[in-house]
Amino acid sequence: MAKANEIKYLTAIKAEKRPKKYCRFKKMGIRYIDYKDGDFLKKFLNEQGKLLPRRITGNSLKFQRKVSEAVKKARQMAILPYVTDLLK
Amino acid sequence: MSNYELMVIFTPVLSEEEYKSTQKKYEDLVKDTGGEVLSTKPWGLKSLAYAVAKKTTGLYWVMEYSAPTSFNEKLKIQLLREESVMRHMFTVLDKYAVEYNAKKRSGVHSGTQKAGA
Repeated sequence: MAKANEIKYLTAIKAEKRPKKYCRFKKMGIRYIDYKDGDFLKKFLNEQGKLLPRRITGNSLKFQRKVSEAVKKARQMAILPYVTDLLK
Repeated sequence: MSNYELMVIFTPVLSEEEYKSTQKKYEDLVKDTGGEVLSTKPWGLKSLAYAVAKKTTGLYWVMEYSAPTSFNEKLKIQLLREESVMRHMFTVLDKYAVEYNAKKRSGVHSGTQKAGA
């Protein structure tokens, strides 16, 4: 009987509402993502230098694609590493 | 005619004079073929994110130009022939990129590109 263990509240508990994610490029009106700006692109990478998913960054598909292109260009020109540890 | 950006990584063993003369050579090459050099920017010696040709540093150079489409292929051959060039990359610039570069050149500082507020 799993039901017996269920906790019941008298008043509904307030779940903390997370602020909605947004695409920073759309919000700030950024149209072009520069591959030469390594420090900026690092915001979209994890510690191993992998691209973070849209789920986490909140980018729209259009800009996520542009970010990924910029990162790949930066990697080719040795501005960003392909693989590392402790990027940040 | 469209806008392009060329980024080159030269070997760090290049002397200051050679570095400048090679830059000049490519600028002239663009001009000779009827193109227009919009801006050039030598970044100087910069450490690479990973070793390229067993070197950990490189001399970066960025040139923005507009030229006929067929020109890039010629320039590529020249770059591949050059021994001091470790890596190069062409980027086709769209209208937003041109706008961004123009803004950056004119000295409007933006942490990262912010279109007119």
